[in-house]
Amino acid sequence: MNAPDQSPLTSNFSPSQSPLGYPTNLLAPGQTYETVNATIADVPLKPAPGPWWVGFIIASLLLLMFLVAVTWLFIKGVGIWGVNVPVAWGFAIVNFVWWVGIAHAGTFISAILLLLFQPWRTAINRFTEAMTLFAVCCAGLMPLLHLGRPWVFYWLLPYPDTMRLWPQFRSPLVWDVFAVGTYFTISLLFWYLGLVPDLATVRDRAKKLWQKKLYGFFALGWRNSAAHWQRHQIAYLLLAGLATPLVLSVHSVVSFDFAVAIVPGWHSTIFPPYFVAGAIYSGFAMALNIIIPVRKIYHLEHLITGRYLNNMANIMLVTGMIVAYGYFIEAFMAWYSGDIFEIYMMMNRAFGPYGWVFWLLMLCNVLVPQALWSARIRRNALLLFVVALFINVGMWIERFVIVISSLNRDYSPSTWAMFYPTKWDWMTLFGSVGLFLTLLFLFIKFLPMISISETRELVAEPEKATTP
Amino acid sequence: MNHPASNGRARPQGAPDGSASRPYQRETDEFVPGSNEWPDDLSRREFLRLAGATLALAGLNSCTKQPLETIVPYVKQPEIVIPGKPLRFATASQFGGFGQGLLVTAYEGRPTKIEGNPTHPASLGATTVWSQADVLDLYDPDRAQTVTTGGAIKTVSDFWDALNLAIEPLKQNGGAAFRILSEPISSPTLLAQLDRVLQSFPAARWAIWDPLNRDTIAGAEVICDFTKAKVVVAFDSDFLYAHPYALRNARDVANRRRVIEPHGAGMNRFYAAEPTPTITGSNADHRIAVAARDVLPLAQTIAAELGIGVATPRNIENADWIAAVVRDLNASRGESVVIAGETQPPELHALVAQMNAMLGNMGNTVAATPALSLPGSQIAFGDLVEEMQRSAVELLVIFGGNPRYDAPADFNFADAFNKVKLRVHHSVYFNETSRHSHWHVPATHFLESWSDTRAFDGSVSIVQPLIEPMYVGVSAHEILEAVTERSPRSAYEILRSHWSGPEPAPDFEAKWRRALSDGVVTEFQPPSFAGAGQSIAPAPSATPLEKRQRSEARGSQLEILFRPDVSVRDGRYANNGWLQELPRRFSSLTWDNAALISPELAKAAGLNNGDVVELTFRDRKLRAPLWIQPGQAKHSVTLPLGYGREIVGGVGRNVGFNAYALRTSDSLWFADDLTIHKTADRHWLVTTQHHHDVTGRGILHDGTLDEFLADPHYAQKPEELPPLGYTLYDPSEYPYKGYKWGMVVDLNVCIGCHACTIACQAENNIPVVGKQQVGVHREMHWIRVSTFYSGTEENPRITHQPVPCMHCENAPCELVCPVAATAHDNEGLNLQIYNRCVGTRYCSNNCPYKVRRFNFLEYNGRLSPSEKLVKNPDVTVRSRGVMEKCTYCIQRINAARITAELDQRKIRDGEIVPACAQVCPVEAITFGNMNDPRSRLMRLKRSPLNYWMLGELNTQPRTSYLAKLRNVNAELVRSD
Amino acid sequence: MAQLFPKSANVHARVIIVSIVVLACGAGWATSMIYWSPYTTEVDVPLQQPIPFSHKHHVTDDGIDCRYCHTSVEKSSFAGIPSTETCMTCHSQLWTDAPILASVRESLATGRPLKWTRVNDLPDYVYFNHSVHVSKGIGCSECHGRIDQMPLTHKAQTLYMRWCLDCHEAPQKYIRPRDKVFDAAWQSPPNQLQQGKELIREYHVDTSGRLTNCSACHR
Repeated sequence: MNAPDQSPLTSNFSPSQSPLGYPTNLLAPGQTYETVNATIADVPLKPAPGPWWVGFIIASLLLLMFLVAVTWLFIKGVGIWGVNVPVAWGFAIVNFVWWVGIAHAGTFISAILLLLFQPWRTAINRFTEAMTLFAVCCAGLMPLLHLGRPWVFYWLLPYPDTMRLWPQFRSPLVWDVFAVGTYFTISLLFWYLGLVPDLATVRDRAKKLWQKKLYGFFALGWRNSAAHWQRHQIAYLLLAGLATPLVLSVHSVVSFDFAVAIVPGWHSTIFPPYFVAGAIYSGFAMALNIIIPVRKIYHLEHLITGRYLNNMANIMLVTGMIVAYGYFIEAFMAWYSGDIFEIYMMMNRAFGPYGWVFWLLMLCNVLVPQALWSARIRRNALLLFVVALFINVGMWIERFVIVISSLNRDYSPSTWAMFYPTKWDWMTLFGSVGLFLTLLFLFIKFLPMISISETRELVAEPEKATTP
Repeated sequence: MNHPASNGRARPQGAPDGSASRPYQRETDEFVPGSNEWPDDLSRREFLRLAGATLALAGLNSCTKQPLETIVPYVKQPEIVIPGKPLRFATASQFGGFGQGLLVTAYEGRPTKIEGNPTHPASLGATTVWSQADVLDLYDPDRAQTVTTGGAIKTVSDFWDALNLAIEPLKQNGGAAFRILSEPISSPTLLAQLDRVLQSFPAARWAIWDPLNRDTIAGAEVICDFTKAKVVVAFDSDFLYAHPYALRNARDVANRRRVIEPHGAGMNRFYAAEPTPTITGSNADHRIAVAARDVLPLAQTIAAELGIGVATPRNIENADWIAAVVRDLNASRGESVVIAGETQPPELHALVAQMNAMLGNMGNTVAATPALSLPGSQIAFGDLVEEMQRSAVELLVIFGGNPRYDAPADFNFADAFNKVKLRVHHSVYFNETSRHSHWHVPATHFLESWSDTRAFDGSVSIVQPLIEPMYVGVSAHEILEAVTERSPRSAYEILRSHWSGPEPAPDFEAKWRRALSDGVVTEFQPPSFAGAGQSIAPAPSATPLEKRQRSEARGSQLEILFRPDVSVRDGRYANNGWLQELPRRFSSLTWDNAALISPELAKAAGLNNGDVVELTFRDRKLRAPLWIQPGQAKHSVTLPLGYGREIVGGVGRNVGFNAYALRTSDSLWFADDLTIHKTADRHWLVTTQHHHDVTGRGILHDGTLDEFLADPHYAQKPEELPPLGYTLYDPSEYPYKGYKWGMVVDLNVCIGCHACTIACQAENNIPVVGKQQVGVHREMHWIRVSTFYSGTEENPRITHQPVPCMHCENAPCELVCPVAATAHDNEGLNLQIYNRCVGTRYCSNNCPYKVRRFNFLEYNGRLSPSEKLVKNPDVTVRSRGVMEKCTYCIQRINAARITAELDQRKIRDGEIVPACAQVCPVEAITFGNMNDPRSRLMRLKRSPLNYWMLGELNTQPRTSYLAKLRNVNAELVRSD
Repeated sequence: MAQLFPKSANVHARVIIVSIVVLACGAGWATSMIYWSPYTTEVDVPLQQPIPFSHKHHVTDDGIDCRYCHTSVEKSSFAGIPSTETCMTCHSQLWTDAPILASVRESLATGRPLKWTRVNDLPDYVYFNHSVHVSKGIGCSECHGRIDQMPLTHKAQTLYMRWCLDCHEAPQKYIRPRDKVFDAAWQSPPNQLQQGKELIREYHVDTSGRLTNCSACHR
């Protein structure tokens, strides 16, 4: 990385290690406005590298599988899945909660870290915001597919119909509609607002006219004037303020789907906090799973430095501990309540027919993440990637445990029964991953995946980039 | 875009979820079986089109307009028909040759529901599960529809000609080569016709074959009055279920066990000894499991103790049980009943008769049944087959039945049958026998033609049709007439002329009409005929004495039991989807039969449910899957009959194994020398209930009569209930000012016959989903009968619990539905509005009783036109993707309300009877208005036995239970 | 650097933003219009019938009572469509060879029934009962409109659930004296509301709110 000049802007003097052995640099030495612009803004303008094509093709094949599964579902009905009575909720709901959870990292990083003036959001916020949007898309689809009669989904929306009926606002499912809807809208605005200045940069760097026009159109005529910046910043802060409560509200509401019901293993007050923690947990895990390879493929190590990975790992460690505490408290309360149904539920969860799933969950979500105590692992991208992978799987399993192993043996023993997923269940799950990745790859290809303007700030204010 | 997923009648073939009874391997097939087949009616192009539609968010068909419908008025409207209003007619059906009184509901001449006839002594308003299912058979598209000969379609007159042609030559020698084979007949008219035929062919003979015959009882057939019985002892007898007088027996026994108030509470004490659990045994206060071969020795010991001089065999088990029985019997002479089942040898019946006589029961609680006078020149079935072997039979006319399928294996009926020159079979279904007959003549369903029948107690009913024959149908009356006359009259004329006699009495018409409307002939007797008088007992299939004496010595040997299946009986109902899907008692198996073995045997031989074993008996082999049945006698293996049908409709095909293959004439019911050995195969058996243990939850409350008398309220103790009106919502939202519907289920008298389940299915258009769907726990029954075991696995106490929707006042299902598709009404009914339901299934998760049923697939998709006719027009037929559940038969509530409104009065107590309550033989289910303190319902709800299922959840159910009581004998409690 | 977009782009931007809002609202409005238009409701749209039967002629000109043909309207859920015989009671004398009635005569001769097209067709999951409405003083014309003025029969009301609830909530607005039920020309008096309340009391109309329960019509 040869800097064109020795201007004071270059930040090549800071120690890259904190006394505690943390990486401190948010920006590799030797970055200038030009290098930053070039590395980021040229990705959309240059032809995509080979690895991108490989990933994109795989993703779109998965997406195709998703389409097949969904078509088949609409032809025959939810009976093609393994759902039954008593286990009337299956993979669709598990996937829904999983995706909504993943969506959380984005807003958390963009909004909360922004309000807390944490500079270490700079290189990753764009990414995670995009992730948020796509995850919410997947999440939003799931309840739709889950319906027995998806073609009347709009009955969940309040509108003056010919039957003079309204949704039943006591039902958490109606709350979901609003929670997820709001969340998606705000995230979209937030993401787009952040994009505007960068789109302008891309526009200005573009050579072909159609590119100029395309990016120019979406740049909304951004001219980098002080007035623009001033309004932009205010709007950005306001949106951050709006988004912050959402981080907490959305997953709390989702957790109400369970907490409000009387099913043993669902009816629990700990759910909202521990769902939110779990959400951020899985959100960061997913972020790492995506950022680490992309960082490698596009050689962004000097922009997304070890410092970011380290901090994200720390967040995962914290939220992971909260989640573990949640598991513990659930078990404790089951015993402490003295309620035979709760006690049986816990025994069944751990030692019943789905016991092995429960212990797999403990392995993925409680045991493996303890590795993050070690700074060496936090700094090793590969290991971090593996740990994050475990956590993502673990968080999906957690929802499986909550939904299925609570339902399959609830109050009435004479109706207890097992749930076995069908291949259509699996196709829906992996298909939705396909949808997510396809959107993500398109984003990487056509939009600046790191906030150019904010990275330039780091170049401008080196001390900010190197606070230990 | 509704591609029907599962054929409503669950044809094993064809439907995507098809291929029933395919061996099930979890390891290779971890998916819902059948979830992966491509539907035959979906082309690739079509799929892609739909895929496109999916992208554009498929099925905005909520925007499509209603299709145009037509109204088709009558050309000439009959006076009695008021369009939209059902009519009810009295008629009767046959059960093992005995009449059962029925009331049948018909809409515009279309029978849709069968109920019992309250005025009929053998019914008292209840019906068996089979009577409920009969209406489905009526519309079964697999019924024989035309006269056929060798597969070729012929007309009825063709058949008359052929018959006359065949009969002419026989006339010379008085029909020496002419034989008639029939099922047990009790129709006075038919018997008279038969007599006439046999008179005109002196050398002709007739035989009766019924695979479930009661020949072992023969002359000793008795009718018991259980209302007078303090003590009942049953030896391998299922007199509460598989008995021609079961409905009446059940009602009488129940009335001696019903307990509401502690004051004056009394119950009969009921002992049962049987090799395999039956409905009857499961209701006994003290049931012991003994091998069928040990029942006679057991009875002999008791007889000896009672002072009847019989040789008592040595070392009999269950000494304390015997002692208790003897003590109780002696204590209540003249007020007890000893009864034995038709599955036991004549010796036992003789002995039982002696016991009843010396206990002074004869004439008090036990009486001989009125003898049925049969025509003479009857021969035993065995002799007939032997004649056929000798090719001595030239013309054989078979009325009903299916001997080629169910005749004893040692007769090898098949080739004897083929030696008959001309074989004519007359039956409702085209079955194995029809296939190998020269002529098959479709019989009319009993709802299609005129006849008469005679009940177990001798009361006679006229069978009147409710509908014109759906297909070419001929009645037995017409065929018998055709044998003598050239062109037969219609069944109606035959019947009427027989009843009226040559010159009708002036008041005949009036009497006749009253007989029709009552459903029982009271005012005049069927004209008798100069028959041979008393019935002829065929050679009893007795177990010779020396065999019996060896029985203790062979205590460890396996014993084979043949039993009628609780659903398909001898196989005649094999094509009935309702019965195939009705959970078999105790095991909850559906769509299969299995060899029942005892837990001990299973442990000893390392066998599991679903293992396929090879049974070897008298050098005949048979492969059958196993089911471990608690309460089964240690060394007894039960084979339910009636499965493995080959020539049968789509429903019954490839279902179960054919136990007749092992059944020989000297082992009709049980015999020794069975050997089984395990094979590598497994068979996928599907059940509706996997767990039979209440795990100490507030679901089932039971106890003993003594406990109850000591502390009447003990049944309400176990859980602490939250205070009434303990809710976050505004209690004044539902004041329940007008009617306040509720239900009580009396577990104390419920015998677990499952009639409620199938009656509900018939009333509420509940679809049949098929084996695969039941296998993934999607059965649709609105009222299930849970069976719970307690005590030892070898001989558990068995309790049955019918579970309909509880109609909770604080219904957990209601507040979670996002579209308010399940809501309360002002009378406290918990409603499910199908057309509002979007199918989130949240309500089902939140229902602690799990009584909600979901249409996971289009279960009503592939109904044939005739099958649609059985649907109740007053109940919506649910389509795919909606939740459904018990409605307390709201269609009946509304019907009663409108009637009351029209004549401007309140609905009377007992005016509304839900289908489950109406069919119940023991009146265990009571429905009524909780705001009416004088209603029968409230009298029960005030009982100290009244409790709420899972009441501690504060759901405040409208359906409550009366706790189960057992009148145990204190001396036996230790051993019990 | 040259401008990418002309000055007009600013205007376009504004126009687009505004029109998006307008379109969104317009779409909603259009949908509701479609739902309430005769295209969907089929109100006032005469349907194809085997015979151009005129209620106007039979009721107004001939003065035939509703119940003469719709015999079961007071007894059953279904009002009843006259059998061919019923038609022929008159038409064996009148218009005996009118070509327009050929199909009726043919029906009687062959015994093959006439096939009428349903005009007032409720979904199968709705259970409406004529007899109880009639006995509670709800007139034919409340739902079927001025049937006596219809040369060709057509729907008079949408029969939407919203419309049903209108009366089930406040019967006093529509209830009339029993003897006026079959009077198609009946007009509600000025004191309808107060008279209605009396009639509700007199006819024991359930005002507990049960009439608006789902179970009132759905089973």
